[in-house]
Amino acid sequence: MGNARPRRLFAIAVAIACACVSAAARPSASDLPIEEALITSNAPGHPGGRIVVALRSEPKTLNPVLAQDATSRDVIRCLTADLIDINRATQKTEPALAKSWTVSPDGRLYTLHLRRALRFSDGQPLDADDVIFSFDLYLDEKIDSPQRDLLVVGGKPIVVRKIDAYTVQFALAQPYAAAERLFDGFAILPRHLLEGAYQSGAFDKAWGIGMSPAEFAGLGPFKLKEYVPGQRIVLDRNPYYWKLDRSGQRLPYVDQVVFLFVASEDAQAIRFQAGDTDLLTHLSSENYAVLEKQQSSRHYHLDDLGAGLEYNFLFFNLNDLSSKSLPEIVRKQAWFQDVRFRQAVSAAIDRDSLVRLVYGGRAAPLWTQVTPGNKLWIDPAIPHATRSLDRSRELLKSAGFSWKPDGTLVDARGSVVEFSILTSSSNQQRVKIATLIQDDLKPLGINVQVVTLEFHSMVDRLLTSYDYEAAIMGLVSGDADPTSEMNVWMSNGDTHLWHPSQTKPATPWESEMDHLMEQQQVTLDSSKRKRLYDRVQEIVAEDLPVICLVGPDILVGASDRVGNLQPAIMDPYTLWNIDQLYIKQSR
Amino acid sequence: MTLRHTLRLTIILLAVLHALIFFAGFIAPYGFSSQNRDLTFAPPAQIHFVDAHGKIHGRPFVYGLKTDALDPTGYEIDPSQIHPLEFFVAGAPYKIAGLLPATRHLFGVRAPSQIFLMGTDAYGRDQFSRFLYGGQISLLAGLLAAAGALTIAIAVGALAGYYRGWIDEILMRTGELFVALPWLYLLFAVRAVLPLHIAGWQVFLLLVAVMGLLGWARPARLIRGVVLSAKERNFVLAARGFGASDFYLLGRHILPQASGVILTQLALLIPQYVLAEVTLSFLGLGVSEPTPSWGSLLSSLQQYYVLSSYWWMFLPAVLLVPVFLLYYAAANALQERFRSVQL
Repeated sequence: MGNARPRRLFAIAVAIACACVSAAARPSASDLPIEEALITSNAPGHPGGRIVVALRSEPKTLNPVLAQDATSRDVIRCLTADLIDINRATQKTEPALAKSWTVSPDGRLYTLHLRRALRFSDGQPLDADDVIFSFDLYLDEKIDSPQRDLLVVGGKPIVVRKIDAYTVQFALAQPYAAAERLFDGFAILPRHLLEGAYQSGAFDKAWGIGMSPAEFAGLGPFKLKEYVPGQRIVLDRNPYYWKLDRSGQRLPYVDQVVFLFVASEDAQAIRFQAGDTDLLTHLSSENYAVLEKQQSSRHYHLDDLGAGLEYNFLFFNLNDLSSKSLPEIVRKQAWFQDVRFRQAVSAAIDRDSLVRLVYGGRAAPLWTQVTPGNKLWIDPAIPHATRSLDRSRELLKSAGFSWKPDGTLVDARGSVVEFSILTSSSNQQRVKIATLIQDDLKPLGINVQVVTLEFHSMVDRLLTSYDYEAAIMGLVSGDADPTSEMNVWMSNGDTHLWHPSQTKPATPWESEMDHLMEQQQVTLDSSKRKRLYDRVQEIVAEDLPVICLVGPDILVGASDRVGNLQPAIMDPYTLWNIDQLYIKQSR
Repeated sequence: MTLRHTLRLTIILLAVLHALIFFAGFIAPYGFSSQNRDLTFAPPAQIHFVDAHGKIHGRPFVYGLKTDALDPTGYEIDPSQIHPLEFFVAGAPYKIAGLLPATRHLFGVRAPSQIFLMGTDAYGRDQFSRFLYGGQISLLAGLLAAAGALTIAIAVGALAGYYRGWIDEILMRTGELFVALPWLYLLFAVRAVLPLHIAGWQVFLLLVAVMGLLGWARPARLIRGVVLSAKERNFVLAARGFGASDFYLLGRHILPQASGVILTQLALLIPQYVLAEVTLSFLGLGVSEPTPSWGSLLSSLQQYYVLSSYWWMFLPAVLLVPVFLLYYAAANALQERFRSVQL
């Protein structure tokens, strides 16, 4: 007890020192000419304080070129900046490091003008060489960046050329409708720090999670401070950040962002409820219901943003299994390949029940891959058929199925119709969906088994061994724009789940879908593009390669202390405008 | 209470318990998979004799439920709806012992109203019915696996203890290998490589087989010890002197000496295997939905919202405690009894 007093004194001393440091680290905006800065439209906030956020897992790397997992990308987004940004709230593009850009009339040449006098977080200036260097890395086949595919348009990599110290030109092999959106997520890297590693061939080890903060510099609102394995990553305010609010105050407002590693969604909800964290993304509807009750007493608020870009669906194994010895599945494929069978299954599913029972009403029933959250692209003409067992029975009858006296469905050859639905045991919602569908199909005389597997063994069956009958999966579109969905709907895509990586389209509707997707990618007229993608949605709704089921709402939470919050349905939901967030002063 | 009384009481109670589970179809008011999508997470029904107006009813009754005006996920009791309990009512068809079709249930209320003694789960399925049906899977798995493990244990223990030498060495070292196996990971691996279209009962049998196969080593050591000491007894030596065969000696003189150990082990192994099944189903490796088992009834407790909002989901766990205690009391009593006989 005797040392309590000195310790308190020490704490006060530290607090004063911190205050001085933060005051010192907040240089006036004099090094940043006002005409070069990006002026944000948010309400001015108070400087200081810190924001604590939970991450589901530790980031695997802080190297933007190599990062693949969502948590790495969440952290990297705070540390780096890109040329053109997608505003998560409007879902439209806006200038970032590029102050402006022009497009050639044929849509193949993009000329970007960089802001001048910008500095990396270590004080070194940014110029066109850094941009060229960064895109060299993303395009290098040896480095094999997971984002490289995005930069290959019409089969050819984009060519990046320096015009002058602050102008860069991007040449595309063919017109590319979503080209502006492409730049979002391509962080610009400091050549002065990384060129050595790149030249010596050690780039794949650069900027690993264990690096010293001095090795890192970025253009994002924050810079790396410390990483404590198994516990947290701490980021400090970047004093050279290039955004000012309308009162001329330099962003970001908060001094620190702390990412805690909290493994499960439940644990994240509990930590948030206890006030340990300030922001909560990825909240399940069940935990939303639990947390909702204490909103005012615990000083936080929850937000239901409506359907996000995630769509959950049931699909059947339509792979070509001739080279595999899976006779049982090949026999059942005779049913799966019949569109009337798929339509009958779809008509028998009670989507409203899924919304109500699985998501507590916080989801939208789906008939195509586009959720109501994607307002620019949804096709309102797609019929929203409600559950109809009569229609299912009619379809099955017309496809040659019949019923035994005890109600069991049999096919034309008299064998009993039963199949298994595979889903991941770690996703409780999808297990629930499977169980409800099992019950929905019972009145048709179809016997369904629900098989839950650990996630990796499930993915192995779906994408490698093809040893499954049906499965429930969900995909989250990376962007509202359909171009982010190319690998799902193109028959040669590796996420074309029901029959991935085809050499040529197996069915007429897949061939039509290929054509439509290719067309929408190069069509510059946005209403024409919309019509093309509407047709893709029609095919999904009619031919049912995947039977779309539900799109869960994006549910987020934030402490009442946090100001300027503008949660969006696009990843990273609450964090996308972290440079504008501030901590409200307590009275 | 004397030892004898304890033993008798535990055995009677265990018999009653097994009878309840065996006749689950009759005692449970509903089938284990019938969903009520409008009554998810309904709280347990309270049985009343006196209504809100103080009127005494000759026949016990339950109140109906209506959705809570303040909390759309909750329910409140609707005193205007009174549903009297009826006995031996006709209801969902079931089969006694999987063979005899029947439709009578011990109790119920008149449809469309319903009675949920232990509340309902996320699909609006009656937890009470599911607990009874779940017992069929869990207890049967325990019994079968224990019987399987003991059969192997008796054979191995007898051979090893009787013949000694290299047979003993091989069998006992193999046994040690089985004791050291990380069986949970083994089961994970087995489940991952299995074909998907195997039926629930096949998964069940597989579970039983794996659990039985992995558990024989410990009882085998015990039985070996008993056989070792028994075969040196004078009456065994005398029988051998008269020219009795190995088989006769083992069956007639030696193994009966081990019967106490075997019975005690059985009473210990059954709850252990029931618990193993509960663990596996809890982890999602047991029988698949919608078939319940005691473990899968508990698995929803892994989720925070169930844990924090719906207390009746704990009831299966609470009910399992006396079941296990009964088995362990029986094992204790058996052990005491055979010790006193041997003295």
